[in-house]
Amino acid sequence: MKQQELEKSKEYKYGFTTDIESVRAPKGLNEEVIRFISKIKKEPEWMLSWRLKAYSRLKNVKEPNWQKPKYPKIDYQNLYYYSAPKSAQDKPKSLDEVDPKLLETYAKLGISLKEQEKLSGVAVDAVFDSVSVATTFKDKLTEKGIIFCPISEAIQKHPDLVKKYIGSVIPITDHYFATLNSAVFTDGSFVYIPEGVRCPMELSTYFRINASETGQFERTLIIADKGSYVSYLEGCTAPMRDENQLHAANVELIALDDAEIKYSTIQNWYPGDENGKGGIYNFVTKRGACRGKNSKISWTQVETGSAITWKYPSCILQGDNSVGEFYSVAITNNYQKADTGTKMIHLGKNTKSKIISKGISAGHGDNTYRGLVRISSKAKNSRNYTQCDSLLMGNKCGAHTVPYIENKNSSSIIEHEATTSKISEEQLFYCNQRGLNQEEAVSLIVNGFCKEVLQQLPMEFAVEAQKLVGISLEGSVG
Amino acid sequence: MLDIKSLSASIDGKKILNGFNLKIKPGEVHAIMGPNGSGKSTLANVLTGKNGYEIKGQVLYQGKDLLDLPIEERAQKGLFMAFQYPLEIAGVNTNNFLKTSLNTIRKVRGQKEVDSLDFLKLVKTKTKNLKIDEKILSRQLNVGFSGGEKKKNEILQMTILEPKLAILDETDSGLDIDALRIVSDGVNALRSKERSFLIITHYQRLLDYIKPDFVHVLVDGKIAKTGCGELAVELEKVGYEKMGANK
Repeated sequence: MKQQELEKSKEYKYGFTTDIESVRAPKGLNEEVIRFISKIKKEPEWMLSWRLKAYSRLKNVKEPNWQKPKYPKIDYQNLYYYSAPKSAQDKPKSLDEVDPKLLETYAKLGISLKEQEKLSGVAVDAVFDSVSVATTFKDKLTEKGIIFCPISEAIQKHPDLVKKYIGSVIPITDHYFATLNSAVFTDGSFVYIPEGVRCPMELSTYFRINASETGQFERTLIIADKGSYVSYLEGCTAPMRDENQLHAANVELIALDDAEIKYSTIQNWYPGDENGKGGIYNFVTKRGACRGKNSKISWTQVETGSAITWKYPSCILQGDNSVGEFYSVAITNNYQKADTGTKMIHLGKNTKSKIISKGISAGHGDNTYRGLVRISSKAKNSRNYTQCDSLLMGNKCGAHTVPYIENKNSSSIIEHEATTSKISEEQLFYCNQRGLNQEEAVSLIVNGFCKEVLQQLPMEFAVEAQKLVGISLEGSVG
Repeated sequence: MLDIKSLSASIDGKKILNGFNLKIKPGEVHAIMGPNGSGKSTLANVLTGKNGYEIKGQVLYQGKDLLDLPIEERAQKGLFMAFQYPLEIAGVNTNNFLKTSLNTIRKVRGQKEVDSLDFLKLVKTKTKNLKIDEKILSRQLNVGFSGGEKKKNEILQMTILEPKLAILDETDSGLDIDALRIVSDGVNALRSKERSFLIITHYQRLLDYIKPDFVHVLVDGKIAKTGCGELAVELEKVGYEKMGANK
């Protein structure tokens, strides 16, 4: 590759800004702003009072600070909590009504909403700052009784479902960021798969932060009714900015008897520049409840972006024979930091969980795996298998593994394996001698290292993720 | 093919190659023998471009300066080295590594990439010819391979990449007689008018199977003596000391 092209590819490809007129809530966090959000979303009274309950709770709780990556104090009064393109204020009924500027933005991100509707088998919900701007394939899904829409729409149209399940996995009292999200969440996706239905296509949400000084508070709720199946994928990007921006999402999954939810994330928020300036704070709460017997929830995450990633997609295994899985690749390059892992809470009998975590640190990156496996006294014959592998590149980065295991049951089996390795000069020389350049060699080795996780991704996205893994580490050797 | 002119190489201030000269024409097989520490592996490393050496002198490869090229470009231009200690790379499937390597090189040469199916056919034929168990293809690259399997894997890679100049760095050491035969058969099958070999070895044993056109004795960083196949036999009898190793 020519030097110039190489330089170009090292830049964050998604760092552009869309120049679009937006409507914002007044700056700051207070009851007025929450009422503003609720009003602009045309929410029923119960939703507003739920938000306000969270807000009053928020005043009495503090941000957690046990995590490894520390960050400067966030001035919550200096943020915008709602920002939406003016043109999207009245939700367009079809793609033809969507502001061309927005369609263009998504096309630039590699998601052509119009073509997507015609060609590929993936239904997309596109969330731009605080609102969903388009959802594709709605009709086809409606035929099967599947609901896939922005959560703001679900609150209006399917209040019973939302009321029943929202906050049932992540209560508003959970912790600071979960409470904050409950008070000010703006948009995200809502999915309901009816009993016995296998969702015929991948459902996907694409989150984009565009406006500056704005926090994104995504709320996603997925319910898989008895015997149903759904595979859902989210992608995220943001413009390059010197300021740090906050993305504090809450994602709740509920799987009833014999249902399965597969949730994949490709997180590529702006990571900050090579000196650690700017980037997204990705402080996210993701939790799934395997409420029914024989249910299954599987999390797969590829975390390549963000200045700080702080999240633990977890499974509460309530139903007997339920299964929880967590597959993760977390890459920290330059000055990126990640503190991520999972919690597997075994409550039902014969419950199984599997954790495969691959952490890659390069540059001055710092990567922590933190995980909890808790087996209750009632969870007879339950099993957990955990594997945590760390790969280091260079000598300025760090990798840490912090596993917590709490076992109250003598019939359970818990296995934990961990390795730490380093890409050696000799390995690179060997690959170079076989004709591969430095970047190709690193990409090959790293993709081999996280193959087990990448294989879990839906096929349509696996190739994309492989490339992303390579790109995230460009310039980290030699 | 290769023209090495008064090549010197030092590592950490210690001179290892000292005024080394060698010319290899297309189709020729040269063997380099020498005692431990005489600079045999350094020669291979310098030619393939490994970092860490301070180098003086000139090396022409196919008429062009070799020493300025990055490692991968040398490889892409047909320079191959069978490693003395092949590296283990966990997670990387052997088949995938071979295919990636072949296609990278083909791409640079302006050839069409080989798809997975055609590659599988190719690699299966080659493993069969070389009497290598094709199970190694689905294993992680060199991970948990026996010494013999690693060396056979090097020969398999050489066979698939079809280099113009192949350097074998002590490929024979640590091999039992069966593995030695497989390695030698692999080399002999590739011998042609266009392809040259530089075989680095301690022992004459390998040269019973691969008949070299020239044998050079390397002592203290330069060639002390050059001869034909018989020189190796003589060496085996009298040892390196008589050949000018001033120890």
